[in-house]
Amino acid sequence: MFMRPMFRLVPDNLNFHYMRGRFLGLAVSAVLSIASVCLFFYPGLSLGIDFKGGIIMEVKTPAAADIGKIRAALSGQGLRTEGVQRFGDDSSVAIRLEAQTTEAATQVVVSKVRTALEAAQPGTRVLRTDAVGASVSNELFRDGMAALGFSLAMILVYIWFRFEWQFAVGAVVTLILDVTKAIGFLAVTRLDFDLVMVGAILTIIGYSTNDKVVVYDRMRENLRKYKTMPLRELIDLSINETLGRTLGTSLTVFLASLPLALFGGSTLSGFAWCMLFGIVVGTSSSIFIAAPILLFLGEHRLRRDAQPAKAEPGVSAAGDS
Amino acid sequence: MMYFSRLKTWTVLGVCLAGLLLCLPNLFAPPTNWMPWRTIHLGLDLRGGSYLLLEVDMTTVMKERLDSLGDNARQTLRRAGITRFVVSVQQAQQRLLVRINDADKQAAAMTAQRELAAATVPGQRPDLLFDTQDDGQITITLSPVALKERAAAAVAQSIEIVRRRVDETGVSEPIIARQGDARIIVQLPGIEDPNRIKQLLGKTARMTFRLTDETANMTGAPPPGVDFLPMEGKGGQKIAVRRRVEVDGANLTDARAGQNSQNGEWVVNFTFDSLGTRRFAEISRANVGHPFAIVLDDKVISAPVIREPITGGRGQISGSFTAASATDLSVLLRAGALPAPLTVVEERSVGPELGADAIRAGAIALAVGFVLVMVFMAVFYGLFGWFANVALLANLILMAAILSLLEATLTLPGMAGILLTLGMAVDANILINERIREEVRNGRSPLNAMEVGFQRAFSTIIDSNATAFLAHVMLFAFGAGPVRGFAVTITVGIVTSIFTATMLARLFMVRWYASTRPSVLPV
Repeated sequence: MFMRPMFRLVPDNLNFHYMRGRFLGLAVSAVLSIASVCLFFYPGLSLGIDFKGGIIMEVKTPAAADIGKIRAALSGQGLRTEGVQRFGDDSSVAIRLEAQTTEAATQVVVSKVRTALEAAQPGTRVLRTDAVGASVSNELFRDGMAALGFSLAMILVYIWFRFEWQFAVGAVVTLILDVTKAIGFLAVTRLDFDLVMVGAILTIIGYSTNDKVVVYDRMRENLRKYKTMPLRELIDLSINETLGRTLGTSLTVFLASLPLALFGGSTLSGFAWCMLFGIVVGTSSSIFIAAPILLFLGEHRLRRDAQPAKAEPGVSAAGDS
Repeated sequence: MMYFSRLKTWTVLGVCLAGLLLCLPNLFAPPTNWMPWRTIHLGLDLRGGSYLLLEVDMTTVMKERLDSLGDNARQTLRRAGITRFVVSVQQAQQRLLVRINDADKQAAAMTAQRELAAATVPGQRPDLLFDTQDDGQITITLSPVALKERAAAAVAQSIEIVRRRVDETGVSEPIIARQGDARIIVQLPGIEDPNRIKQLLGKTARMTFRLTDETANMTGAPPPGVDFLPMEGKGGQKIAVRRRVEVDGANLTDARAGQNSQNGEWVVNFTFDSLGTRRFAEISRANVGHPFAIVLDDKVISAPVIREPITGGRGQISGSFTAASATDLSVLLRAGALPAPLTVVEERSVGPELGADAIRAGAIALAVGFVLVMVFMAVFYGLFGWFANVALLANLILMAAILSLLEATLTLPGMAGILLTLGMAVDANILINERIREEVRNGRSPLNAMEVGFQRAFSTIIDSNATAFLAHVMLFAFGAGPVRGFAVTITVGIVTSIFTATMLARLFMVRWYASTRPSVLPV
């Protein structure tokens, strides 16, 4: 354990033809992404309080919580709740209320809830209050989407500068497919979509790009090294050579996120599950999506760019595939 | 790549040592005051406390400006001897319409109105735009630039008043800052229930002393220049109060809650400044035997009858006060009036025990994640994996050092960011180790393989980290609240991890190679 590695992630001289599965990979990805987009519209995301507005209060009752009594006291104050439920232990209760029409009304509701709780079970303590007004939640949502959009744009530009445009397009198309799947995951799991989740998706974008850069980097290197190898073989070779890196880098982030999902507490576990899903999707898309897209985009162009002088043989060889 | 000069070696080790030293302030209290003692701050979601986002009501600011402009316009016209005119305020268009019904007094009216602009504070930009029409209508519009300046001034003044009010409540280390055009962030560490502070901040607390109109008929509409205002604590009973403000609360120098020595009632004692004293003396002398009203935010808190001229500049407000409400009123009066009402648009309060739970959960996840990543590196990369693990530890220390230097705020998502950074930091080592392994397979000598491995992996490391870095800079730029803490820890972690993975881990390898001279690499 202290000197030599005990295991290899990937055997040396792996020779697997990923590009044979390119249509299957793209088809599966397209179906999943389309399904995700459908899920985005119906039933839609469960928006967190950041983006939807509203009130969440976590309270601790002195004895075991009497949910019925709390509900009755709340409706006695004329409040319509979205949910009153226990979580964790017997005396912890979460109360959710809809966003009010005005900011000031939201504040009135918060103090009414406190009054109702005091009436239902005296000595109840409010451990957490999140009250977000409608205008703030709209702004937070707009800013969150802006962060996502600008990140994708920046990554596109960066990869464009560092690689040929085909790589940039391939990477960003793959990233969009990855992000839609992560959105679908959120729609299915009903995890709250909030600012922290935008952070998770941005991180997925960052890591997914890492993987793509590693594979693309090798392709760029191999394009210079094997001037006549058909692009399809060259892509397979590049993926085989870098599979250890792709899996290794993803596994470490996966291992780092796993304890967060298991012991991170309510706020972070949703974030971490989204990360874990995104890492799996991002890793597989590096191999089965990003590379085939490059194959489709780059069959002619990349060869000619790489070898302007005697372009003909390379192009015809690649064109056969 | 594989040669480290003595200077370079010591620089790398020196950076790590400096990082370690910079972390120390987080563990100890500062020994002296003069030493720079920068630490990481815990966010409110971890230490417990309240976060309030307040919005300054700009329409009120505009309305007050227009109303006072209208009053001034009427006064100037009367002074100019013009009696037949109509002044109307059009709030939506932010303008004032003046119609003169005496055709021959048009020019005089215009000159009189010009005085309005001249009468504004010297040095201030003229904020009125004049426009005359043939039918004798003068339009006075507030200029957009001036409106903007006025709004900015209102927010700045509000921040000052909010700070004074919060300071009066004795909250330790509050943070009060402007956000955007019309918002104010108030962070109150350790405050679990911000109700009292919200109540204090929710009042404009504009106090005015005005005369009452005893002749007004309370059943009809209020006569011009008079308002019917509700009496505080008298079940909706109203009293006719003249609109003209005789003395303003801004002329107070002090206000203290106290008890009346005769009946033990709670009262607020106040002191006027010299201008207020003089004005109050004049008014009280001229109105002995009549009541005057003390009005706070359009409610009459008290309307005593003036028994004798009050010339000492001291007074007492008695109403239906309790100890708490008398104290609150004195706080509000001391701090001064807000230029416009504030609305709480976002509130997040966390109790200290939830924060402690979050820290515990985060710490456990961090420890388990750290161990998992280290075991992974050891199992799959052997000795070079251990080098990466030591570099990882150094990375954690350097991150803490930079976050301390920046006096960054550690939030719950920030802790997640640290954990993710751990997973990402070793990625660089994986890229390097895999490359070295590949070069060994290609038949290179150990030293040569290490050299080429580092060299070739480097651009990949930069490319892959640059994209993640850019994504999180965007998150920092657009995100708000705790999620910015996440963006900060990740971006700092990316920078430090590049250093530890490519410099420190390489230094270990070079030293190890120099001392053992192995014929095969353990890859």
